[in-house]
Amino acid sequence: MNKLVKSVREAITLSGLKDGMTVSFHHHLRNGDFVLNMVMEEIAQMGFKDITVNASSLFDVHMPLLNHIENGVVTGVAADYIAAGLGRAFSAGVLEKPVEFRTHGGRPRDIALGRTPIDIAFIAAPTADSMGNCTGKQGKSACGSLGYAYADAMYADKVVVITDNLVPYPLRDQSITENFVDYVVQVDAIGDPKGIVSGTTKITRDPVGLRMASYAAKVIEASGLLKDGFSFQTGAGGASLAAAKFLKDTMLQQGVQGSFGLGGITGYMVDMLRAGCFRNLMDVQCFDLTAVESLQNDPRHIEISALQYAAPGTRGAVVNNLDVVILGATEIDTQFNVNVHTDSNGYIMGGSGGHSDTAAGAKLAMIIAPMFRARLPIVTDHVTCVSTPGKDIDVLVTQGGIAVNPKNAELKERLTAAGLPIVDIEALKQKAESITGAPQKIQRGNAVVANVFGREGELQDVIYNIPQR
Amino acid sequence: MRRSLLFLPGNNPNMLINGNCLGSDAVIFDLEDAVSPAEKDAARILVRNTMRSMDFRGCEIIVRINSVDTSYWKADLECLLPEKPQMILLPKASNVQDVLTVDAYMTELEKRLQIEPVALMPLIETALGVENSFAIASCTPRVKALFLGAEDLTADLQCKRTKEGREIEYARTRLVVAARAAGVDVYDTPFTDVNDDEGIEVDAALAKALGFSGKASISPRHVDVINRVFSPSQADIDYAYEVMDAIRLAKEQGKGAIALHGKMIDAPIVARAERTIRTAEELGLDRRDG
Repeated sequence: MNKLVKSVREAITLSGLKDGMTVSFHHHLRNGDFVLNMVMEEIAQMGFKDITVNASSLFDVHMPLLNHIENGVVTGVAADYIAAGLGRAFSAGVLEKPVEFRTHGGRPRDIALGRTPIDIAFIAAPTADSMGNCTGKQGKSACGSLGYAYADAMYADKVVVITDNLVPYPLRDQSITENFVDYVVQVDAIGDPKGIVSGTTKITRDPVGLRMASYAAKVIEASGLLKDGFSFQTGAGGASLAAAKFLKDTMLQQGVQGSFGLGGITGYMVDMLRAGCFRNLMDVQCFDLTAVESLQNDPRHIEISALQYAAPGTRGAVVNNLDVVILGATEIDTQFNVNVHTDSNGYIMGGSGGHSDTAAGAKLAMIIAPMFRARLPIVTDHVTCVSTPGKDIDVLVTQGGIAVNPKNAELKERLTAAGLPIVDIEALKQKAESITGAPQKIQRGNAVVANVFGREGELQDVIYNIPQR
Repeated sequence: MRRSLLFLPGNNPNMLINGNCLGSDAVIFDLEDAVSPAEKDAARILVRNTMRSMDFRGCEIIVRINSVDTSYWKADLECLLPEKPQMILLPKASNVQDVLTVDAYMTELEKRLQIEPVALMPLIETALGVENSFAIASCTPRVKALFLGAEDLTADLQCKRTKEGREIEYARTRLVVAARAAGVDVYDTPFTDVNDDEGIEVDAALAKALGFSGKASISPRHVDVINRVFSPSQADIDYAYEVMDAIRLAKEQGKGAIALHGKMIDAPIVARAERTIRTAEELGLDRRDG
């Protein structure tokens, strides 16, 4: 059997692409990805129309997608996260059909159940052999985990592996295996390493961020969850990393050994692993070079699929065993609903990613956000978009105090007893508004530009267009 | 209680509006070094509006005005005194006359405004200021504390400012003695390497050991360490309560002298224990159970 084909075009032809089909991509190469543009350009040149792109995330490196939308090549987009440049165009209404947003767990679940069938999955692979065994751990475009590509590989009708590092068969350390792969294409480069992973992720030096991080670590300490076997996920933002640093100090002081650190993994989580704070890391995505190197070399650092990470309704998702997750927010309302999809002007600039999944699964879901960003308070009466429902959020940590969701009265008691500055979320809103004033409502249009599906697959909210002046 | 005093540039709105969230016992709104001459008036207005519109409960406000050898200090006081800060920090206070000049003008303004006297804290940052420190601390009841500024001082001493601080040993001890002799508080100079987490710990511990009441900081990152170092430890608190228990017992038994853990308890030990308990109570700290 020879799976190796000469070009992306040949792979597209052999895979049987037709007008109206869906193609999929993972986002592990992030803003350094060449593959989505490479494939879509080929599809456009071959004259196909009405294609749906289902990507785990879209970054601004994928701006050429807008040309394909304009030319009718692409008529549907589904993603878990869309960066601000593309998001602005979608919010302006460039796509006739609303964008479909899912969560990092909801997307692979819907692919697995056939709710969002993939006709052809194009899998950027930093290293592959001629049969399609592939990994992200090695190669000049190494990105670490290929967690978000597994469901695409397992359930798409056709699977094309595209690599810039073809090695002799068999590849030793395989992530996605040959039994799922139809074709393999070798290209010069699948991505720009500079955009794939950052050199280092750094904790914030911003005093407000550090204040919030210090509170966050104290909340965890006071929650009663910080004991042997503790499990933890945090984001790659500066304040979240600072919270991890404070938490690490506390864990080492108290001699607590956690079971696992989860998620998109940064060098900081690797440090915690090496310091003995966790027995293992479970890694659906590497954020920096330290994480990639650790995944390559440390057997305690485990690659997992997005299905295993977060898919609801399956026989097991790691998020359901999570004790604490630290998450961000662009807005949070007094019902604790969180928006991570749109910016302060209502433009799409993100997406749930694993936000809703981890919030739903974790015993303690914590939002870290400053009371205000630039001129705008973070707490509002109603968020522009419900990305994660308030029922799944336990606590909001700001520099001006900590608001506990009334549903979690026990947590409030614990935090109060620990002497932490507990405030009502409404009071936080008023406190911020006393400085910034109450912002005017966003002037949105009436056309739905995106449907936001909750992690159970229900239509959770919609995003409206922003009229262009 | 002022364990930590955090400098905030008077021309930085983002820092000012977050000033009450950074954990320090006091903030120092700086109109002097942090603000260029072209921005003095804008900083004054910004600080005034911050004080008017923000709630700083639980965090004292100190304003560092410009020194008496500039043309700004009077305008600083005219603008900020009506907002009733807890203290005015007077930089480059080198002699009694500097302090009395400001004292007189503050008195005049307070009368005009019909407000209570605002405390004054001379910033000792010249060799002459160090030598005059007791006189400065005791020249007017308005002076409630001294403040050591090591950066300008070392320039005046013509030596290098180091992390170890050997060059300011004399100034530190001299200021503590002068302040205590005058019955006022005394605050240590900031540790300026904001990235040296171990350095600030050592420097703050040294300041506490020398007798300083608290320590200033130019970085919010240092505030927690300073607060911790200048708070009584659990062992200190427990011992203080033991001392007070022993004294009570001695009184009940009619004993004149009493020993605790083999050491005689005398008046200074009792005074220190009382101070520790007072501080612990202010901080909401209690003795260990049992």
